[in-house]
Amino acid sequence: MPTITASKKELFKLIGKKLPEATLKDRISMLGTDLEEIDGDDIKVEIFPNRPDLLSTQGLGRALASFIGTKPGLREYKVKPSKKKVIVDKNVTMRPYTACAIVKGLTLSDQNIIDLMQLQEKLATTHGRNRKKSAYGIYPLESINFPVHYVAKDPKKIKFKPLGFEEEICAALIPEVHPKGKSFASLTSNWKQFPFFIDAKDNIMCMLPFTNSEETGKVTVDTKDVFIECTGIDLCNVNIALNILTTTLADMGGTIESLEIEYKANKKTFTTPNLNPKEMLLDLNRINKLLGLKLNQNDAIKWLKRMGFGTKKIVDKAKKDNLTVLIPSYRNDILHQVDFAEDIAIAFGYENFKEQIPEVATIAKQDPLQIFSEKIRQILIGLGELEVKNFHLIKETELTELMSTKQKVIKLSNSLGDHNILRDAILPSLLKTLSINSHNEYPQDIFEIGRVFKKSFDKSIDTGIKETLNLAVALCSEQVDFTAIRQVVDSVSLHLNTKISVKEISHPSYIEGRVGQIMLNKKTIGIIGEIHPQVLENWQIKAPVVNLELDLEELYKEARK
Amino acid sequence: MSKSSSHAKLILKLHPYERKVLPLLAKTSDFQELISQSGLKDIEVMRALQWLSNKEILNVETQKTKMIHLGKNALHYQKHGMPEKQLAKALKDSFQSTATITKLTKLSSEEINASIGQLKRNKAVDMQKGEKGLELKATKDTKKFLTTKSLEERFLCKQFPFNYEKLSKEDEQALKCLNKRKDFIIIKDEKSVKINIKKLGKQLSKLKINQNVTSRLTPAMLKDGSWRKKEFRAYDIEINVPTIHPGKKHFVNQAVDYIKNIWLEMGFEEMQGNYVHSAFWDLDALFVPQDHPAREMQDTFYLPGKAKLPKKIYPKIKAVHEDGGNTGSAGWGYKYSKEEAEKIMLRTHTTVLSAQTISNLKESDLPAKFFAVNKVFRNEALDWKHLFEFYQVEGIVVDPNANLSHLKGYLTQFYKKMGYSKVRMRPAHFPYTEPSVEVDVFHPIKKEWVELGGAGIFRPEVVKPLLGIDCPVLAWGQGMGRIISAYWQITDIRDLYRNDLKQLREMKLWLE
Repeated sequence: MPTITASKKELFKLIGKKLPEATLKDRISMLGTDLEEIDGDDIKVEIFPNRPDLLSTQGLGRALASFIGTKPGLREYKVKPSKKKVIVDKNVTMRPYTACAIVKGLTLSDQNIIDLMQLQEKLATTHGRNRKKSAYGIYPLESINFPVHYVAKDPKKIKFKPLGFEEEICAALIPEVHPKGKSFASLTSNWKQFPFFIDAKDNIMCMLPFTNSEETGKVTVDTKDVFIECTGIDLCNVNIALNILTTTLADMGGTIESLEIEYKANKKTFTTPNLNPKEMLLDLNRINKLLGLKLNQNDAIKWLKRMGFGTKKIVDKAKKDNLTVLIPSYRNDILHQVDFAEDIAIAFGYENFKEQIPEVATIAKQDPLQIFSEKIRQILIGLGELEVKNFHLIKETELTELMSTKQKVIKLSNSLGDHNILRDAILPSLLKTLSINSHNEYPQDIFEIGRVFKKSFDKSIDTGIKETLNLAVALCSEQVDFTAIRQVVDSVSLHLNTKISVKEISHPSYIEGRVGQIMLNKKTIGIIGEIHPQVLENWQIKAPVVNLELDLEELYKEARK
Repeated sequence: MSKSSSHAKLILKLHPYERKVLPLLAKTSDFQELISQSGLKDIEVMRALQWLSNKEILNVETQKTKMIHLGKNALHYQKHGMPEKQLAKALKDSFQSTATITKLTKLSSEEINASIGQLKRNKAVDMQKGEKGLELKATKDTKKFLTTKSLEERFLCKQFPFNYEKLSKEDEQALKCLNKRKDFIIIKDEKSVKINIKKLGKQLSKLKINQNVTSRLTPAMLKDGSWRKKEFRAYDIEINVPTIHPGKKHFVNQAVDYIKNIWLEMGFEEMQGNYVHSAFWDLDALFVPQDHPAREMQDTFYLPGKAKLPKKIYPKIKAVHEDGGNTGSAGWGYKYSKEEAEKIMLRTHTTVLSAQTISNLKESDLPAKFFAVNKVFRNEALDWKHLFEFYQVEGIVVDPNANLSHLKGYLTQFYKKMGYSKVRMRPAHFPYTEPSVEVDVFHPIKKEWVELGGAGIFRPEVVKPLLGIDCPVLAWGQGMGRIISAYWQITDIRDLYRNDLKQLREMKLWLE
């Protein structure tokens, strides 16, 4: 989740008063943002992904001012038509939507520039999903000639000076040489043409989704008026981004002007930005029930305003308990009634909810297989064995090479570490445990109850991987022999009143003639034997090991018969 | 207690070795003597002395001492006489050739030459050049030479090994001379035992000590009743004994058991399920948008292949993502991808169990409460504060009357039993809950709030497609690693699954 740095001085200006540090910390935390630290003027806050409108000092200040009550209610932003036009060409199919705006009369401070750059970057990372869904550009208005064209072109035929470069280069080189080009080249791997903003005098304004041009796309403290473009693959996402950017600039002191966006493909024209609030009916009964509160309509209005919403009372008598809520145009996280419930809960204060345990009678039940494994655990502990607990993910060599076997493994597609195999037996984990304990006291008699994973063609298994709960035991000391491990399985069998038998087999991990299948009612449920010295040498284990491993679920089924 | 009864009590505790050694101490305090007279091995005498010293009967000091041993030649001459004496004995009043003398004495020519030197210095030989070389005869002093013991001979009469520290001036000179001879003297550093008998020891050593005490009570004694005539040795039960190790449950499982019990006591039913799931169940069913950053490769372990999707529920989940379906929600407003849903992964949270449980419930089953304490997986490289698989405590309350205060109630109750009396809720965000809650507990020692996990009320977009009706579902997924580590003061989280057998054997139990 993104973390932003907001300016405390700027924040106090926006909320209209200074707060003691403790109050500021508390209010930021209880607003629904995660305060990390306050260091001098820097406030570091983690912003949750549902509130991209808080990704700037201005956005945070706006929300905080409502929350603490200095400026509650819906913020209204006036939009004046600029009569300027952006023409969207038919061929920008790879990134078909744009929304644009003009903000005039700015006097930007250094802090404003920092805030603006931070907002643009964090917004593109989170809301824009690393520019995949949407990306944004801000330009000094003075250098742009309208109408502006949003158009896809062959980059080989275009030359311009990208941001941070001193000379013009061929646009086809940008994905290879420009830092932003390199970062986002993967988004464009199958593009033959790229989207560009080109002004009426054929000046290249930007190449998407990479970079603005050095000549037309650099905002400084001297910039008074700006042009903003947002482009992407989801119209709603692009519009919200534009609304967040323009309202932030308006909060920096600018006035907003709209543009006409003309889509050549369907000959439709939209006016952006659209900062009119969306309306939604509030179901106060449902909210009271969900929160366990008894708020009346006035309470609800008060708390909604603390979260920056507007309200309109309904005159319709049939719905007299209901309210219409005006949702600010920069918020896109209100999908359902319950989203109001959360905002009202935040305004009411999470700290003000009393804990309560309802008198609801339900019957507890433990998982039967877990109860069974606990019984098995008790037998083994009674036999003096120590329980160990290993990861389910192990290294490939641990399952194959070190076990002297060659088998197909279930490998993760994308592990960051070298533990990237789902184990198909617990034995390798136990040998690993013995291997790292060779300096400790013997005898080392250990067991583990855990899951193992096998590929399965059983149609009832949706993922194709069958998981079973296994028991594995390993006895390791100078004196162990096959009898010792056979006694363990017999002891388990005795206490379950089952008839376990052993049938000799061959297995590369075990000594020939000292390994068998564990059979229960003609079904193979496991393996028992003495580990081959080659395997012990592979693991650098210094004493003989006998082992058994069996399927606890099968054992359970038979024991319950 | 009278002196004699305290003595008797002390004697009762004596080990057979001590019983053999103690009476001997009246006569000697020499370690070698004790060995030879007791018939015990040196290590047994040493043990007896150690135990007697623990009982304040004596003091034992072991010291390093320089000891003089005789070499191979010295031992030979000690038996057969010094070569110069052998030579003097062979001399006659008339001249004999050295060859004849050599034959007679069986000395080597080297020995003869060295010995001639000695005799000459003592004027005990006369020499002349004969036809076959040197010829020798006795003098008037030869007899005297033969009858007086030399310094060196006197030295060789001592008991060896001999303590170097106890050498007299004369001895030192003798040693110096002997040391010139080949294989005569060996000087070694040796441990010696110095025994100082205390007053108590002197008193006890004079008492009669029964050598026939019984250590072990045997079944035979019980059978024939002979135990009645036995004197049983008293043990020193206050000393330490060697450690033994029991079989034992892994400490993490001890904690997991305790946590499970808390939920069982509150009337919750345990959920179990697979570790491997489709993205459909793990994420889509929980209304996590298909382009949510958490789905990205760096957070989630994916497996190759495609999962089968449940026929009945699939269209409902698709609809709720696209436009909210029949839930009254706007949905995410994108085109739902089946391909994304079919991805196979290791579950990223136990909440997937909650989703599956809800999908198996009927309206008549409500209210219902479920929990799970089980493993989840995150694609992290292993380090001191990150594990790629760890425990999560999951819970849901499916109750038409549930509300946010109940959520706080259940969690507060749980954490109280975990030893944290104060619980705080903070606003948070999860795609599947609304309201969403971050749960903090107040750490009583660190005096600070510790973040332990998320909670909330499931969104209708989650509940309605799975359950068929709208119903509030309280839900939580809490991390347990921090609490479990804190209990055993573990700072490196990898120590939870280190499987060091010494650590496992010695670790205290979960005592809650």
